[in-house]
Amino acid sequence: MEPLLVALDRVTKRFASGTLALDGVDLALQPGEFLSLLGPSGCGKSTILRIIAGLARPSAGSIVRPDGLEIGFVFQEPTLMPWARVIDNVRLPLDLKRASGAEAQAQAALELVGLGGFARAFPRELSGGMKMRVSIARALVTRPSLLLMDEPFAALDEITRLRLDDELLALWRSQGTTIVFVTHSVFESVYLSSRIAVVAKRPGRIAETIAVEGPVPRGGFRLSPEYNAQCAAVSAALDRASA
Amino acid sequence: MSRWLPPLVLGLAVLAAWEAAVDLARIPPYIVPAPSRVLEALVADWPILGPSLVFTLKTTVLALLAAVIGGGGLALLFAQSKTLERALLPYAIILQVTPIVAVAPLIIVWVDNRLVALLICAWIVAFFPILANTTVGLGSADRNLADLFRLYGASRWQVLWRLRVPSALPYFFAGLRVSGGLSLVGAVVAEFVAASGGEETGLAYRIFEAGYRLDVPRMFAALVLVSLSGIAIYALLSLVAWLSLRRWHESARSAEE
Repeated sequence: MEPLLVALDRVTKRFASGTLALDGVDLALQPGEFLSLLGPSGCGKSTILRIIAGLARPSAGSIVRPDGLEIGFVFQEPTLMPWARVIDNVRLPLDLKRASGAEAQAQAALELVGLGGFARAFPRELSGGMKMRVSIARALVTRPSLLLMDEPFAALDEITRLRLDDELLALWRSQGTTIVFVTHSVFESVYLSSRIAVVAKRPGRIAETIAVEGPVPRGGFRLSPEYNAQCAAVSAALDRASA
Repeated sequence: MSRWLPPLVLGLAVLAAWEAAVDLARIPPYIVPAPSRVLEALVADWPILGPSLVFTLKTTVLALLAAVIGGGGLALLFAQSKTLERALLPYAIILQVTPIVAVAPLIIVWVDNRLVALLICAWIVAFFPILANTTVGLGSADRNLADLFRLYGASRWQVLWRLRVPSALPYFFAGLRVSGGLSLVGAVVAEFVAASGGEETGLAYRIFEAGYRLDVPRMFAALVLVSLSGIAIYALLSLVAWLSLRRWHESARSAEE
């Protein structure tokens, strides 16, 4: 068995308001996998992500995470600093760590998402999809072993979203990063993931995990009967979890 | 063009009506002077009014600088310690709500140097909008961005200078524009209260003095200079805000697109 990257053991989260957000979440991340957390809004998917990132603490249970694990985080909004140029946004994680060679690494990360020519632009000059690419470049600039994404394409139009799905898969294959991807779309989760964790609501918990079988790379996968069958299976799992 | 034309036309129409009314009704200039008389007074009394204008502007600009340093500095302190904010804010509010006319006589009694006394009065009036706005701005940084800074282990100092201060800039500039006008108000009010001639006197004292002599055209001339100063300060500060924010903030956008 491969070593685990991060493991959550019976993690429970109760907010200060008394709401039980998560109850007994067990989750083990395998290095190199693309795991989707799939569930309805308000089921605690984002809270699981924040706990993995260390931005929130479990109220009970434990989390095992190697020291110095390099984490990248992409929010639902691009979350760029509007006052800073694209290149300065991308190099922010390196600047905060006072790392050297930030400019070159940030430029390389921008090339990776196809925005090499926009380094000097301000965020407001970019489209929604481009801003999201900048946000992904910023998350990749530290070469993270773990990339956490919280419904990153939810606010984008479908055409842009499908293209970014493919770009993300290409990045995942070329960078060898482990990705945890939060979504409420069955279709997106089946298309992207190697594994799906279905999250049930109130309180949030992992109802089922489902391995996704599909060609890598995904060429034509969206139109195949296998894709449809797995979407149907995942949908059924989601229904069971919501019942 | 269409932005400047309507107020300009209206202003000229009012001035023409005023001139005609004074002329037709034969209103004596010691009651209401015609605009042309005011202009004459402005030119004829320039040797007296010019230096007064410079003095009032000097007080105003110095008070505004003090308000920026005092208001902005206090806001930065408040951002570092909630306890300090809770301790000091009520007193800042007391300074703000106490009418300056009521406090100015005390300050003028206590402080020997006239310029310094006037500065203190103008500062008391002017610093609060900058303090209040900047404090709100420093607390309004995007929460996800703040999380991102935390994720990458940013220090308090990095969070302050790279996140909170830039987030506060639009708020600071909104406060600055209000404070610019208030610095002038503070300077003029303090001069009225001090109401003493000396080697250096400001426009307010000239208004006071001219009123005493029933030289109403000169009163109007000095008043025109005070108003023009206020407009100039507002326009200048708006320009500074626009230059600083035009690349990224919505408030500075309309002029471009």
